[in-house]
Amino acid sequence: MGNGYVLELENITKSYFGTTVLKGVNLAVKPGEIHALVGENGAGKSTLMNILFGMGVIFETGGFEGQIKLDGQGVEITSPRKAMELGIGMVHQEFMLLPGFSVAENVKLNREPTRDNVIARVFGPKLRTLDEPIMRRDTRSAMDKLGLSIDELALVATLPVGYMQFVEIAREIDKQHVKVLVFDEPTAVLTESEAATLLSAMKQLAAEGIAILFITHRLSEVMEVADNITILRDGEVVSRLERKDAKVERIAELMVGRKIERAALPPRKREPSDGDVILQIRNLRVDMPGERVRGLDLTVRRGEILGIGGLAGHGKVGIANGVLGLYPAEGEVFKNGQRITLNDPKRALLSGMAFVSEDRRGVGLLLDESVEMNLVLTAMQVQNKFLRPGAIPGLRLEDRASIRQHALDFIKRLDIRCTGPTQMVRRLSGGNQQKVCLGRAFTMEPEIMWVSEPTRGIDVGAKQLVLDLLVKFNTEHNMTIIMTSSELAELRKVCDRIAIVYEGRIAGILSPDASDTEFGLMMAGMGAARKEVV
Amino acid sequence: MAERVESRVVTVLKQLYAEFGLPRLIIAGFLVSLFILAFILKMNIGMLVSDSLVRVGMNGILVLSMLYTLACGVGLNFGLAVGVIAGLVGAVTSMNFDLPGFTGFFAAIAIAVPIAVALGWLYAELLERVKGQEMMVGTYVGYSIVAGMCIFWVAAPYTNPAMIFPLGGAGLRTTLTLDRTWAKVLNDFLAFRIGGLSIPTGLLLFFALFCVASWLFFRSKAGHAMRMVGANPAYAQSSGINVRGIRRLGVILSTVLGAIGIIVYAQSYGFVQLYTAPLNVAFPAVASILIGGASLQRATVGHVVLGAILFHTLLTIALPVTQTALSGTDISEIARMIMSNGMILYALTRAERR
Repeated sequence: MGNGYVLELENITKSYFGTTVLKGVNLAVKPGEIHALVGENGAGKSTLMNILFGMGVIFETGGFEGQIKLDGQGVEITSPRKAMELGIGMVHQEFMLLPGFSVAENVKLNREPTRDNVIARVFGPKLRTLDEPIMRRDTRSAMDKLGLSIDELALVATLPVGYMQFVEIAREIDKQHVKVLVFDEPTAVLTESEAATLLSAMKQLAAEGIAILFITHRLSEVMEVADNITILRDGEVVSRLERKDAKVERIAELMVGRKIERAALPPRKREPSDGDVILQIRNLRVDMPGERVRGLDLTVRRGEILGIGGLAGHGKVGIANGVLGLYPAEGEVFKNGQRITLNDPKRALLSGMAFVSEDRRGVGLLLDESVEMNLVLTAMQVQNKFLRPGAIPGLRLEDRASIRQHALDFIKRLDIRCTGPTQMVRRLSGGNQQKVCLGRAFTMEPEIMWVSEPTRGIDVGAKQLVLDLLVKFNTEHNMTIIMTSSELAELRKVCDRIAIVYEGRIAGILSPDASDTEFGLMMAGMGAARKEVV
Repeated sequence: MAERVESRVVTVLKQLYAEFGLPRLIIAGFLVSLFILAFILKMNIGMLVSDSLVRVGMNGILVLSMLYTLACGVGLNFGLAVGVIAGLVGAVTSMNFDLPGFTGFFAAIAIAVPIAVALGWLYAELLERVKGQEMMVGTYVGYSIVAGMCIFWVAAPYTNPAMIFPLGGAGLRTTLTLDRTWAKVLNDFLAFRIGGLSIPTGLLLFFALFCVASWLFFRSKAGHAMRMVGANPAYAQSSGINVRGIRRLGVILSTVLGAIGIIVYAQSYGFVQLYTAPLNVAFPAVASILIGGASLQRATVGHVVLGAILFHTLLTIALPVTQTALSGTDISEIARMIMSNGMILYALTRAERR
């Protein structure tokens, strides 16, 4: 067609098991262009990239509709290898490097230049000798292009984390015919100066005529390097802007913007206020891989539903896991003015807190145990409930009757759909499993309930039920609820206040009625320094 | 009406089958056919059953010891020799003082248990450092401690002339007879005969006592904690349980039961076997509980009892019956080895680990 685009995605539609995750997405990139692709978690960026790379997961789930064109020619990308052959390169978010190999060996992995030798003549080309001088020379030139002075013979394991990213990039640009290079959140693990080097390297690559697709959450970086910006939301392209027309506020609003049906919280006897604080967190640091908390301060009002939002990887999930002692934590946590010992789950539970983990099947449930045992076991261990004295003093036995009664009561109250209290939890649907998790926490009759990602992986109808349950716990039992969620919309539905976490700290606390722009900016780290809107 | 009854019978049978499982049906069927064969060959059925009861009773507690390591997620206790060694030290020490009857038996247990607790603690600490490979490391711990104890048996300061090598005057013999002290004290306690059948009442009661205690334990708070640790350590931790402590408790209890188990075994057998004999203890116990239907995920007292009965009855009667049937060959011992080791292999390959 010769319209000057190197890569065109036309009308891409993809659904997983009936849920449409991409709807008619169009995207076109010219050589030498840096095209930013922005959107929230779950907006469909990763799915789009999986399609572009012909990942197996796409074809196993029924393929996709639409067309991909390279240089105006329709192509079928059926495997990552095919994508590579066509000249599409990818810099991964997680490093795909062999730590025990040198930089040059990683750059040339599986594409090693080789020389002939006697053994290879007899036994075939797999046994040809590696041509190390050429490997080193090519790696050196790729490194120089990136403006980097790493020794090409250093082992990858000995490099600082930031440099590993550059090794990945070097590997991609070393491929001779690479036309399109995708950067999937490349700056997420980099320090500021490393990020700056990376951005300038990207500009340099673009100047050499390579088209770059830049996926990121950081709007400041977008503004710095992108020529064009495409914004995805809920699987649709909501806008395409040129940088000169774009404003950070506008991008943020477009990223988040959704119609919010806010279910009015039922009136409470006493509205929560800053005068009555139930939990105070000071300088909390949690060492949870991928979700580090780095010196967070937070005050929770008695009786409120506090939402914790923010993008993945910024530490919102780490807060509950740290306070409840599941990951190593330091800092000060006061409940009702009393200091809570950290790193000791039992003390945390005894102090009147309960936790519904984001990892439902891994931490939240005993999958091969019955519904009733899942409901009561934690309370039995921590609070000595459901026990009766046995023949030997000190050896208290389970109280089958009260366990059964409690289970029947909860199955009714929480509307857990199961064949009975003895059904194995593994056989329940995701939504009902989540109700069992909530029931497990609620059995403890906590003052504060921490709930992480309560609606992850459950269907729409069940989502509403779970949220209704949380509101019910809150209003009927005056329970303070701290709810962490990646879905801003759901936080805005039920929360009194929403704290946004950015890079392991609270960026600010917003009212659920705050504008999309404010949420978007704060999540992208560009809110006014720690502002309190409520 | 008749049809409905019939279909209900079918569903009940199906449930029973699902509970019981195919491997157990096959083994139980094999067992029954052996008894029928014995009957046809006009062998003494009463004696076969009596022998089986003794074998079940004397091995039962060793099988039970597997339950605790399975429950807490450590897996099968292939290092059962650790507990057995403690039991043997107790037994030998008690013999050294010529304590007769029940006094000697309980003295042996009283000496053995503290040693088992100490050794079990160390063993548990070691297993904690090799998480995920407990069964393999346990096997080698068993080999090592048995080899190490060979030196102890030679060098230990026991003086009772009935126990030391007659020539040279130092070091314990490989096999010590309990005839003068506490042989068969449990077997003969309240024992009675019905027809050709003699019942070792005390032995069976002693095993039953430990089974009931274990059954109660797994209904207690600590027992539930142990099952939680075994089923999902992350869940247990988030329920405020000291995962490491519970795993240690499981290993120690298993070791202690190993010690008591070997003392019970010795009193029934009438001999204490030292040196390399403890190497042969773990595998039959492992095979028994697996035949009983236990898996790495799920094990109950019921599995222990069923497994002890099936495996040890089979071992007891397979030998004389096949011997009589195929007179002049020694195929039975080989068949027994193939079956017990084959069963372990079968169960381990079916084990799924998270």
